[in-house]
Amino acid sequence: MKLRRLLICTVVALGLAMPAGVFAKPVTIEWWHAMRSARGKVVDHMIEEFNASQTEYKVVGTNKGNYDETMNAGVAAFRSKKQPHILQVFEVGTQTMMLSGAVYPVYKLMADAGYNIDWSNYLQAVLSYYMNADGNLMSMPFNSSTPIMYYNVSMFEKAGIAPLSKTEPITWDQLGEITKKLVEAGIAPAGMVTAWQSWTQIENYSAIHNLPFASKANGYKGLDCELQINNPKVLNHIERLKTWTKDKRFMYGGQKYQGPKSEFLSQSAAFYIDSISGIAKLKSAVKDFKWDAAPLPVESWMTKPQNSIIGGASLWVLKGHTKKEYKGVAAFLKFLSSNEMQEYWHKETGYFPITLTAYNDLKSKGYYKENPLQEVGITQLNRAIPTEISRGLRVGYFVQIRNIINEELELVWNGSKTPKEALDEAVKRSNDQLRTFEKTYK
Amino acid sequence: MIKRSFFKSSYLPYLLILPQVLITLTFFYWPALQGLIQSFHLSDPFGLQSRFVWFYNYIELFTDPLYLKSIFITIVFSISVASVSLGLGLFLATMANRALKAKPLVRTMLIWPYAVAPAISGIMWLFLLHPSYGVVALGIKRWLGINWNPVLNGADAMAMITMAAAWKQISYNFVFFVAGLQAIPKSLIEAAAIDGASPLRRFWTITFPLLSPTFFFLSVMNIIYSFFETFGVIHTVTQGGPGGSTNILVYKVYQDGFVGLNLGSSSAQSVVLMSLIIFITFLQFRFVEKKVQYTG
Repeated sequence: MKLRRLLICTVVALGLAMPAGVFAKPVTIEWWHAMRSARGKVVDHMIEEFNASQTEYKVVGTNKGNYDETMNAGVAAFRSKKQPHILQVFEVGTQTMMLSGAVYPVYKLMADAGYNIDWSNYLQAVLSYYMNADGNLMSMPFNSSTPIMYYNVSMFEKAGIAPLSKTEPITWDQLGEITKKLVEAGIAPAGMVTAWQSWTQIENYSAIHNLPFASKANGYKGLDCELQINNPKVLNHIERLKTWTKDKRFMYGGQKYQGPKSEFLSQSAAFYIDSISGIAKLKSAVKDFKWDAAPLPVESWMTKPQNSIIGGASLWVLKGHTKKEYKGVAAFLKFLSSNEMQEYWHKETGYFPITLTAYNDLKSKGYYKENPLQEVGITQLNRAIPTEISRGLRVGYFVQIRNIINEELELVWNGSKTPKEALDEAVKRSNDQLRTFEKTYK
Repeated sequence: MIKRSFFKSSYLPYLLILPQVLITLTFFYWPALQGLIQSFHLSDPFGLQSRFVWFYNYIELFTDPLYLKSIFITIVFSISVASVSLGLGLFLATMANRALKAKPLVRTMLIWPYAVAPAISGIMWLFLLHPSYGVVALGIKRWLGINWNPVLNGADAMAMITMAAAWKQISYNFVFFVAGLQAIPKSLIEAAAIDGASPLRRFWTITFPLLSPTFFFLSVMNIIYSFFETFGVIHTVTQGGPGGSTNILVYKVYQDGFVGLNLGSSSAQSVVLMSLIIFITFLQFRFVEKKVQYTG
């Protein structure tokens, strides 16, 4: 009896396996991302290349809206067990993803699939943002950017100021002098504007000057971390910006990029701090003046400035799929980090290549000679080995915390609060958020 | 004798209302119940970890001075939106109801803004009132000498979103007021005119009382509109800023729940928001409706 059943089973199994082997349909890999319009096309092209390069797997990319919408789509899909294999999540969602228990860590995925990847060949400042406390990579960096400082060269020429270096940052004192000169001479209506003030003026300022954003190594070493942005140095920076608002050396242009960018475009401000992904936008939008970019200013006491930190998103692999599918996911991630794809991605979108080989290859081909703007960010990101403090931020409810910082800073700019009151309040309110987050995962 | 149809069978009426009941249960009561349950939990968005925490989320909310401020902002905002849009809607309707040559044209033009989505309306007002490139803003600064800056000044931002939110609601109110005005018998007004009542007097003693059912209905609708549907305006224009001065409750729910993924807190906020709107509507029915004169 048993033997017969076994025989039948074998025959049936063979019968099922045979046609599957002969007419193998490629295994479908779902990738949900937040890349739209021009970037969406670049992503589609990369997927096409991968699908054409082999026959075993077929990647299907779907745009699920902006970052929040994509993350929510992923969450909802996971809850109804229809999750994609790969989900693109913005950097502030990193902590939530990491603790969710819903992800298959990338370092493990690659090892299980038999890829032996030399992680030291990757840009460390990018990689470290997505590593856990033990230094293992949890998600694959995808689009990474960092803030730099754009400035109006035409205004510089009028005032007889020499253009800035693309690799050596000026000091904040120098920026103060230049903006003073430009504003007093009536060349610029205002000195500087900044987009994403929490990211550029608090998070990156802290990283560059090696100041802790939060305790426990910026949250990498424990959920019981607390914000520390009310330290004397950050406070001093915010106080300086506040005094600058009085003589128009600094102008607040609104929270998101639209406001500050339009101030720069309309030549209402001489300096504009924003992500490197702004390069392409400025190239197409600026017609009536010359502009250039420089690294973010540094304090004069900081002789060896640290790396700036990144923003952007990474690719998370979600649990609940078959081994075979994960093999395909691994193959696809490997493909994405190939030189060819990284160079294409960097050239088309301005986001960083994630491997050093891709960067060096572009360099040797003379790409940065032709596109010097592209190197400003990458040099700033690679100028030092990331420390525990400059490698990134790992705090829960980061969206809420950024909102809190934004709100409190706005209250400084409109004079409702002193910088000290605002930063203390921001820390206090953020810590409440962090405690709630901690309680959720205990 | 009252003519009335009745059903012999005892189950048919239930069968007939069944679809409606099912729809209400699935799309209203079930999600509302889920929200209520969620508000007593702290949970990871992926749903793999969840803890029952009693009233933790509510306590956190009501000990947060900013949440209380957000309630206050919402009430100020909705009262301003409702009064501006009701006032202007009524004014325009009375004007358009007079013997004008181009009456149909005027009416059609006045109804148009209602077709504009709140988000678009917000953007248009932003274009007019933005401190750097807004045409009207430049005028305000130059001729009125006011240092207008909704990007930095909370009161200015509030004024801007109130305008943007009220603007499109004016049309909605206009339609109802015009309909209401047309239902008022001309003979009443003419009789009053013969007795020598001034137009203003006629309006307050005849037109307005007869319009009061419409007015009451619209005030309820406008409050609900300003609580919920103004989300688009806030999202495109101020994102709750500057300094949280336009962070109305519904926007905070979105920020904390959809973007920030704190499901427990945002569910608790939804429950509070729902209770608040039920309470306000109750107040309206309890105290304002008494003064309403239903005719017929």
